[in-house]
Amino acid sequence: MIDNEINYDSEPVANAGDNSSNPTTSAYPDWRKDDNTLTNAGLPDEEQEWFCDARPQPARKSWQPIEDFLNWARANSLWILAFGTGCGAIELRPLVTSRYDISRLGMQPRPTPRQANVFMIGGYVSIKTLKRIVRSYEQMQGPKFVVAVCSCAINGGMYWDSYNTVKRIDEYIPVDVYVTGCMPRPEAVLAGFTKLKELIKAGKAEGQNLYAEKFDWYKENQKKVIKDWNMPDYNW
Amino acid sequence: MEQLYNNLSLQFELNDFMLRHGTQASFIAKREQLVSLLTNLRDIHGYTHLVMVTCVDWLEDKLFQLTYIVHNHHDQSDIIVKVLIDRDMPEMDSIHHLWEQGRVFQRELHEMFGISFPGSPGQDEPMILEGWQGPPPMRRDFDTKEYCEANYSNRERDSREPEEHMQRKLYPED
Ligand code: SF4
Repeated sequence: MIDNEINYDSEPVANAGDNSSNPTTSAYPDWRKDDNTLTNAGLPDEEQEWFCDARPQPARKSWQPIEDFLNWARANSLWILAFGTGCGAIELRPLVTSRYDISRLGMQPRPTPRQANVFMIGGYVSIKTLKRIVRSYEQMQGPKFVVAVCSCAINGGMYWDSYNTVKRIDEYIPVDVYVTGCMPRPEAVLAGFTKLKELIKAGKAEGQNLYAEKFDWYKENQKKVIKDWNMPDYNW
Repeated sequence: MEQLYNNLSLQFELNDFMLRHGTQASFIAKREQLVSLLTNLRDIHGYTHLVMVTCVDWLEDKLFQLTYIVHNHHDQSDIIVKVLIDRDMPEMDSIHHLWEQGRVFQRELHEMFGISFPGSPGQDEPMILEGWQGPPPMRRDFDTKEYCEANYSNRERDSREPEEHMQRKLYPED
């Protein structure tokens, strides 16, 4: 089963548990130098120059027929970075092996974020994992899409009152398709990927651009829960 | 097992002996004697395998109960040694010199219960809770739900009867 409505919270509001009500008096919070540069303040001095400090920008669109052709091509070449954050990740193994064999649909698993364009999050997300998720997501090259598998990634699932599990992954990175279930059967995951293909072909899987546009909102949310930020503000 | 317990009682102050399944003995030891007791069990009685170190929070009695489980591979028996320590001043002797893996358990106990083991390597580095700022989360007076509500936001739930929903979805004309 697939959640059809993609829940993009477009206005950069503070989330429900906002206890500080954001007393940032200066125009830029400490991680923004100006409109286009980030401070990378979490890094130690000797690492500052190893990383780029530019902000991500939304991708420019070409002429619509060309864009349609590109979308068709993108939809048929999905390389998956599967991040087994929780138990749901176990469903990827039947998916890539002979029974469900996703390579017949033009998909294949990849070992590193640099080679993948679909990020599959399998299960609950703890704070420690969220940090890796943000880093991997940002390292992926565009155009990139996110599929969140499992109830835990959608609303916390059975970790709804856990002290260390975030309940809505779409507050931290943009999600294109959700697959519900605890855990979802491989058929459900396949249906999710089919849905993702439809969205891409229709030009509606715009998570990457959304992330660039609402960068401040996403960063604020991430920084609120990741208290020891010791990586670049955007991982190019 | 009883004989072993009686022998050990001559040397150490033990009480609350209990035997289960014939091979699983448990008793309470004194805090100061624990390291020498475990050394004794390991080197003389063949309990060479540290199975785990864990903790129980007796909030009402203001005590932490540390539980050490050791295993003997020759007769497949286990000994569970319990130690009660003060909850307000949680400090315990480290056993990482007896078993290398002891430091992992101790690091976890330090993180989850705030018990300190002076001298245990790496115990101040975060293990699971990176950047954690609240109180140790496994203590019973830590309110998980409250912490969760203050820090992570909810998604509204929208529940449907599965049978009806699928019926409507699959056969919309009926
Ligand atoms: S939804 Fe169920 S299977 Fe998936 S991560 Fe959560 S508990 Fe595990």
